[in-house]
Formats: sequence, structure tokens, C-alpha cells
Amino acid sequence: MHADVFDRYHESESRLHRLDPRVKVAVTVLFILSNALLPDGAWSAFGLTWLLLVWANHLSRLGVDFSFRRSFLALPFALAATSAVFSPLGNPLAEWRLGPLTLIPTDYGLVKFFSILVRSWLSVQAAILLVAVTRFPDMIHAFEHLRVPKILTTIIAFLYRYLFVLADEVVRLLRARESRSAAAPGVRSARSVLWRAKVTGNLAGQLFLRSYERSDRIHNAMLARGYDGNLRTLNLHVMKPGDWSFFSMCVILILLLQLIGRL
Amino acid sequence: MNSPLPLHIPDGFLTVIISGVFWAVTIVMVGIAISKTNKSLGEKQVPLMGVMAAFIFAAQMLNFPVAGGTSGHFLGGALAAIVLGPWAAMLVMTAVIGVQALLFQDGGLLAMGANIFNMGILTAAIGFGLYRGVSGRTRKIRLAVAGCAAWLAVVASALITSLQLWLSGASQLQIVVPAMLGVHILIGLGEALITVAALTFIERTRPDLLNQESVTEKGGRGWIVAGVIVSIGAVLLSPFASTHPDGLERVAEDMGFLHLGQSAPYRLLPDYTIPFLGATPLSTIVAGVVGALVVLGLAFVLGQSLRKAGR
Amino acid sequence: MPVVHPREPIPILDCEGDVLQVRGLHFSYPDGHAALRGVSLKLCEGDKAALVGPNGAGKSTLMLHLNGILEGRGEIEVGGMRLTRGNLPAIRSLVGLVFQNPDDQLFSPTVFEDVAFGPLHMGLPEDEVRGRVDEALESVQMSAYKERLSHHLSMGEKKRIAIATVLSMRPSLLVLDEPSAGLDPRARRTLIHLLRDLPITMLVSTHDLTLVRELFPRTIVMDEGRIVADGLTMEILDDVQLLEAHGLEKP
Repeated sequence: MHADVFDRYHESESRLHRLDPRVKVAVTVLFILSNALLPDGAWSAFGLTWLLLVWANHLSRLGVDFSFRRSFLALPFALAATSAVFSPLGNPLAEWRLGPLTLIPTDYGLVKFFSILVRSWLSVQAAILLVAVTRFPDMIHAFEHLRVPKILTTIIAFLYRYLFVLADEVVRLLRARESRSAAAPGVRSARSVLWRAKVTGNLAGQLFLRSYERSDRIHNAMLARGYDGNLRTLNLHVMKPGDWSFFSMCVILILLLQLIGRL
Repeated sequence: MNSPLPLHIPDGFLTVIISGVFWAVTIVMVGIAISKTNKSLGEKQVPLMGVMAAFIFAAQMLNFPVAGGTSGHFLGGALAAIVLGPWAAMLVMTAVIGVQALLFQDGGLLAMGANIFNMGILTAAIGFGLYRGVSGRTRKIRLAVAGCAAWLAVVASALITSLQLWLSGASQLQIVVPAMLGVHILIGLGEALITVAALTFIERTRPDLLNQESVTEKGGRGWIVAGVIVSIGAVLLSPFASTHPDGLERVAEDMGFLHLGQSAPYRLLPDYTIPFLGATPLSTIVAGVVGALVVLGLAFVLGQSLRKAGR
Repeated sequence: MPVVHPREPIPILDCEGDVLQVRGLHFSYPDGHAALRGVSLKLCEGDKAALVGPNGAGKSTLMLHLNGILEGRGEIEVGGMRLTRGNLPAIRSLVGLVFQNPDDQLFSPTVFEDVAFGPLHMGLPEDEVRGRVDEALESVQMSAYKERLSHHLSMGEKKRIAIATVLSMRPSLLVLDEPSAGLDPRARRTLIHLLRDLPITMLVSTHDLTLVRELFPRTIVMDEGRIVADGLTMEILDDVQLLEAHGLEKP
């Protein structure tokens, strides 16, 4: 495995790729907020929201179904919402008996469940599109511009940089573990869960210490280049008129969606 | 990449109000953490916490086969709080959860405040608070408490996640609490085992990172109080919520919490209950305490066996 | 083991204006291990010196002293300026220290941000920083890599960018720790050409004696916290007895 599996950015030349990253971040957050604010069962507004998403996919030149094809990762969590079907509110639709359980799906519950599903599905697609058209370092700059404390953005930048280095280290450690925990063919490994947990814990401890020592060396490398505790960053992005107009257009569209959802 | 624990709430599940409330709490806590770590770590905080965040992220990739194709995973909040101190651990977990949401859509953006609270702040309070309380004790006791705290941190995260979903109207209390707790009581055991083994390893190689002096330096006595209160809260609330959801709903309604989350007027249907074992509040609390003792015992035994293995 | 002092330290080039002067430097780690026991050394403008010796000889410890990351007993002068706490920032911009592992040296997500880190933290204005980044990348022939992500680089590319991260501070002395470690032959060759063509005073710690012979007119041998030999590379690499006494092998 190469650590590149962590890269979510898709190189391309498009309106969305060129857009100022803070516009992309802000619009994505507003889009997700709008989904959360739309009332349950606002199907026409949800439908139009989806059209907005398709249009954004089209603008990205990654294919109109780009985010859709990657959007199923939120589905397992939807399990948690299935119980919303049996909301005590609304009119009962049926009555199911499962042993000691009596489950009563209601119309309110059903609307609630599907609204949650649609909201989460639309929101996750927006987030998928955001990372696909924005290089992660640019996203970090966007957060800097949007007044997220520098210490947090810098920790995130370090996380992103060393994620790849440490992931490679994990892969090496796991490989070493596998090559040492061989079992004769046909013989079931007699190691207990406790033993396996201990080995994994040792790996975690080892990884921790290596990381700890690495942070010392990085600290030295930073000091050697004049670091004195004050983080300085370059103002790398400048909002162009096109960024402003795109942002305003998106805000208007989202407000319209809210209006339609409440009619 | 799959989430190690089904605790990362995606967008769409929490109402705007619940998301907002937890964002507010998280922002305040993270703000305090920034000024605290700035004082205690100084210029070193950036490389240390940055690489530690990458460590937690990478450590979450570690898994170990348990049985029948399932694996134990690692969340790391309690371990981070014990070795780095609660404030630094909060920032580290904030960065980890932020990157998981932004880069991998593992957890939502609007829900991020709640996710950071559940997996970063709560785990820091339990992990560090309980460990800080026994920092001067023998190795065995410290490791046992660390394991216990790691288990409890996962269970408490699962509990608060269930409650947030319920308050948002996304789940029924009667179903989500037992389901989430059931899963995480097991996952938490893996967490406890890995945390204890990792601490054993660290203590053998770098005892200076875990001695009493360095632990007490990382956070004041207030953390013991916070850790114990949160732990007791989780231990008392878990069995209560899973066996007496009606009671919890009534309490929440009386205190006006339910109207926070739900847009529609709320009315209880009295015939809608899950008849669990006819438990009284007392017996469920006893059960919670017994459960905690069992885990404490397990962690104690593990600590001892690891010590022998280490010799 | 007794330490042999086969010759007195002699500066090779008779030069005007020393770039670096170290006098009687002693240093012990907190655990009591004495890493430097009286190191004295002089580097002149244009010197390209190799620092060789077995692991644990104190090479890396010495290097960490040169821009004040470690503080020992003794005197260090850079460009005629005595190193004190007060002038650390100035000294750090004069001594460009490149660490062995480029993954420790390159800590920013993008190449640009890493090369800009030094000049930015020297307090230079934005335009100047951008100019320095372009210039530094140009001098290691990596201009096309400005917008690249650091984790996408090969080992050889990382090493070159690591050198650029200190060149952007326009140092008067370049200090490299094990630059050729972990490189494949082609990347090593590129690095040798790069180091040869860089018009800057250099002190390079290495185990790669072939590299030493090819690149550095002067060699300094360290062992057990002391400088045990300092002279023409040709002579030192021919002194088999000296090399063997300090765990080195004639290339």
C-alpha cells in the first residue's frame, strides 16, 4: 500500500478548481447548514438542492455523477436513524411484534427517517466535492483566512504532512508483525485475543515513541530556520471579483432553497 | 478508509440547535486548551501536537483480530490525554477529527463540534482525570485505572452520541442506547487492552513521560473531579437510559431539552415501550457499578501479566 | 581506548575572514554522557570540508551547536560574530543546517511553504520571501516543484528541497548531516554535482568516504568528542592507520 490512498484531490482544470478555497469552504458549510435547516419532508427543496449539487459536479469537470459514486460511505451510519421510523409522533402505519418488542412505524417517523437520509446524503456529497477540487494545503489556507486559530491550522498541516510518513511506518510495523506471527499450515494460531491486543498495543507504544522523538527533531529543524514560537504565514490567496460573484450567487441560490422549502 | 468506531456522526443527523450547542461548548474548550498549551509547551507545542495528531491518526489504522472476522480498533483519546495531558490531547483530537471530516468525510462538518466533544473532550476528561487521580500509586493500579478509563471513555462517547441522536429526533432512545452501548462495551475492551499495552511499552522505554511529576504538571486537581464526575455520570446514566428510556425522556422533557431538538410538538405514546428485564433504578445502577468493577479487574489482571512479560 | 592525535589541526586555506571559528567546545547531555570534549575548528570562506568519524563521535552534536540549538561550554563565532542568546536569530540565518532525514526537515505540506519558512521567520517582507523561494529552488534545479506536496517527492528530490529550505535564508555556511544517506546511485550523483556547484562554504558530516574523496578538499576526523585529525583529504584518506584507529575504511 502506498500512502497515496489518502489523497482525495482530483487534478483538473475547472471553474471550481480555480475558485478561491475560502469560497469553496464557505459555500460547502452554508450548503450543509441549509440542508440541516430545511424542514422534514421538504422534498421539492431537497430535489432542487440535489440539482445544485449536480450542477457543481458538472462545473468541476469530474463528471456529473462524481460525488454520487462516492457518496455511500455515510450509509452505514444511517442504521442509527432507522429507529426514527418508529417515532412516537404521527399516525401509526402498522404494528410489528418481534418477541418482546412492539414496533410501530409512523408516517411522521417515515418522513423523518427519509429526510435525515437525504440531508446526510446531500451533505456528504458536498464535502466529497470540496476535497476533490481543493488541494488540502489550500483548504488549510482557507481556514487561516477564515480566522481559525493558527495553532490549530498548523497542527492540521503537520497532521497532513506526517500522516503519510507515519502511515508508511504503520504499514512497515504491521508487515513485521505479520512476518513474525506465522502459523504452520493447517494449524490454527493458538494466540489469544489478549496476546494480539498486547502486540497491537506494543505497536502503538512504539509508534508513539518514534513520533515523539520525531517531533523533537522537527522542532530542531524549525529552530534552525529561525522559528521562535510565532507562526508566520504568507497571504497566499486573494479574492478576485469572480470569486465574490460566485459566492454571492451561491448564497442567493441557497436562500432561495430555504424559501422554497418553507412554502 | 472506514471509521474505526461508528461514533463519527455525519451531517444530516443532528439538528442545527444540537450541532450549535456542541460547537459552542467545543469552541470554548478548544480556546482554553490553546492558551493552556501555549503556556505549558511554548514554542514546542506546534511540532509536538502536530506529530502526535498524525500518530493518533495512524494508530487508528492499527487493528487486531478478535473473533469471527471482527477486529478491535483504537480511538486513542484516553491514551493521548494520559501521555500528553488533557489540554494538548483535546487539540490533537480536534485536529484528527477535523481532518477525518474534511479529508475523508468521516463525520460531518456541522456535526464536527459534537464529534470533537464526544471523542476529544469527554475522553480527555475521563482518561486524564481518572489517571491523574492515581498518578502517585503503584504501576499496577495506574495501568488498571488507565485501562478502565479507556473503556469508559469509549462507552461514554457512545452514550453521548446516542443522546445527541435522540435529542435530534434521529433515533429512538429505546433502540439506539442499548445498540450503541452494546457495541461499544465490546469495542471499549479492545481500546482498554491497547491503551494498557501501549502505556506499558512507553513506561518501559521512556519512564520520564509518565512519572508522577510530569503527569501532575499536565493538569490540575480539578481534572480528577471532572473525570470522576463524568465517569460516574456515564456509569449511572448508561443503565438508566437503556432500561428506563421513558424516565430519561420525561426528565429531558421537564427540563425543556426535547424542545431544543425537535421541531414538532412532542407527545408520549404510553403503549410504546420495550419491556426489558424488570429492572429497578437501583438494580441497574448496581449493574453499572459491577460492570465497571469487572473491567477494572480485567485491566488489573492484564497489567499484571504484562508486567511479568516485561521482565 | 586512547585517542591518537597524529597532527595538530591546521587550516588548509589561508583565508581572509573566517566563516566559522569554534574554540574549546565542551558539551554533555543531561544523562551525563560527554559528547564534545574540547572541539576547536576553523572554516574559511569557500572551504568545503568533510566531517567524518564513527557513530557517536559527536558529529551531529557539534552541528547542533553551530546555530545554537544546543548550548555547550566554549566559544563559537560565525562571520566574526560571537554566538550568544541575543544574536541567535542572526546566527541562524547565517548557518544553514540541513538534517539527515528530509522528512524531519520538510515539515510543511507543500514545497513552497517549506522553502518560504526560513525567510518568513527571518521577518522578511512577502515579495522578498517569494523571490528567495524562487532563487533557492532554482539553485537546486527544482523550480518546477514549487507547488508540489512534500509527500509526493522521491528521496533524492526531498534531499534537494531540504537544501533549498536553508539556501533561501542565504546562509554564509551550509552544514549538512549525512546528505547522501539513503540515496540511489543516480540521486547520489545528482547531489554530488549540486554540492560541487554550490558557491558556498560547507561542512558536511558523512560516512560516505567516496563522496569525501570526490568532493571535499579538506577532511576533519572526529572520535569520542574530539577532533583527531584535520587536513587535506588526499593525505587523510591515505593514512590507513589513522582511518582504522577511528573505525573508518579506506575507500
